[in-house]
Amino acid sequence: MNSRKIKTWAWVHKWSSLVCTVFMLLLCITGLPLIFHHEIGHLLGTEVEAPKMPADTPRVSLDRVLETARSKHPDRVVQFVSQPEDDDGLWLVTLTPTPEPTEDFKSVAIDARTGVVLAQPKFDEGFMYVMFKLHVDLFAGLAGKLFLGFMGLLLLVAIVSGVVLYSPFMRKLDFGTVRREKRPRLKWLDLHNLLGIVTLVWLFVVGSTGMINTWADLIIKYWQYDQLSTLLAPYKNEPIVPAAERASVQRSMEVALKQAPDMKLSFIAFPGTSFSSPHHTTFFLRGNEPFTSKLLKPVLVDAKTAQVTASPEMPWYLTGLLVSQPLHFGDYGGMPMQIIWALLDIATIIVLGSGLYLWLKRGKTVPAPSPVPASPASRSGPQHGGQQPEPAPAMKVQA
Amino acid sequence: MKPRHSFWHMWGWPIVLGVLTTLGLISALFSDGGVGDVLAWFALGIPVAVCAWYGWRRA
Repeated sequence: MNSRKIKTWAWVHKWSSLVCTVFMLLLCITGLPLIFHHEIGHLLGTEVEAPKMPADTPRVSLDRVLETARSKHPDRVVQFVSQPEDDDGLWLVTLTPTPEPTEDFKSVAIDARTGVVLAQPKFDEGFMYVMFKLHVDLFAGLAGKLFLGFMGLLLLVAIVSGVVLYSPFMRKLDFGTVRREKRPRLKWLDLHNLLGIVTLVWLFVVGSTGMINTWADLIIKYWQYDQLSTLLAPYKNEPIVPAAERASVQRSMEVALKQAPDMKLSFIAFPGTSFSSPHHTTFFLRGNEPFTSKLLKPVLVDAKTAQVTASPEMPWYLTGLLVSQPLHFGDYGGMPMQIIWALLDIATIIVLGSGLYLWLKRGKTVPAPSPVPASPASRSGPQHGGQQPEPAPAMKVQA
Repeated sequence: MKPRHSFWHMWGWPIVLGVLTTLGLISALFSDGGVGDVLAWFALGIPVAVCAWYGWRRA
């Protein structure tokens, strides 16, 4: 690669990373506690768990569960009901003032066996909530998400340009060389290159899946427009089915589960909400296998008659979104995986921090195209005592 | 100027670590507490160990 090309790539690397670095540092720092959100929830006592009971303990009707939840918040409607992936003894009911998407929601956790209210967890306050919001949308809704998605795109550009620059910077060094005996800038340059190239694939995957996640709202909207609108055309001008005219949710759920006997319930979206239609209660089912448990299958059940209207296959773009989520969260391989995720996250913080340091202490960032060996010793190669010609003479003068 | 290092000398380890990372990420995706998880811990743990080893060890 000639020095002109190197300069161009260095320019791309510098500006793509400079613009996104502060936000990436924020994402790395707020992401660290989020990796352990379950464990932190347990420690803080905010995680709700259903008391242990024999697996065959009979369950109360879902209709009664909903009644109980509504009685706690009579001025609200039920938007979603979900079941934690690892705890089917619990129902989490989300109630909002209207079926439209909103930040104003109340949650009621109800024991699926006794129908007793276990807790009313507050998901919209506290340390973890602040971390979560800063990480996801900077408290700025869809605009914040898309902005962070754009920063993610710049990160990907910075990664690619960093890989291109790895070769001119490393051509005389052995893998893993960190020149500590020289000035601090060299040491941080080497650390930046080392940690950058080692975490490369991980950071690329976490960065790109994070970027895809920022499009989740839009992807779901597109799905509704692209596929659901055809299915729901016959109901187009009908109002939201009033609660009094709805069939039993318990029966609707049984009908939905019968559609796919090898699947389990993930969550239920009620009529008029963003994941359903005005005329349907939509049951999102997930598979039993490790991989298929991450994928969802919607079953649209007529809210009035409890008949299945449709059970469309998820389009590829929603499947992609669902598969990208665990790859971003790192919560899919047990505690050791979470610890590794956290360590890789810390390595990324060092890469970002060292990049910032290198820019602040900038000198000549492009290695000389054909450096003149300083002494005969350097001809023997990098294996012998770190006689590399870097930094280029110009940098020595500036530094 | 002729590069002093061959392609494999420079890119060998980055490629090995990249392949390991990919293997680890995919392996855990198809596993639930089984062998796949253990494979993922090793495949992703090695790059972490490489960071620590070269990043911390004193010259």
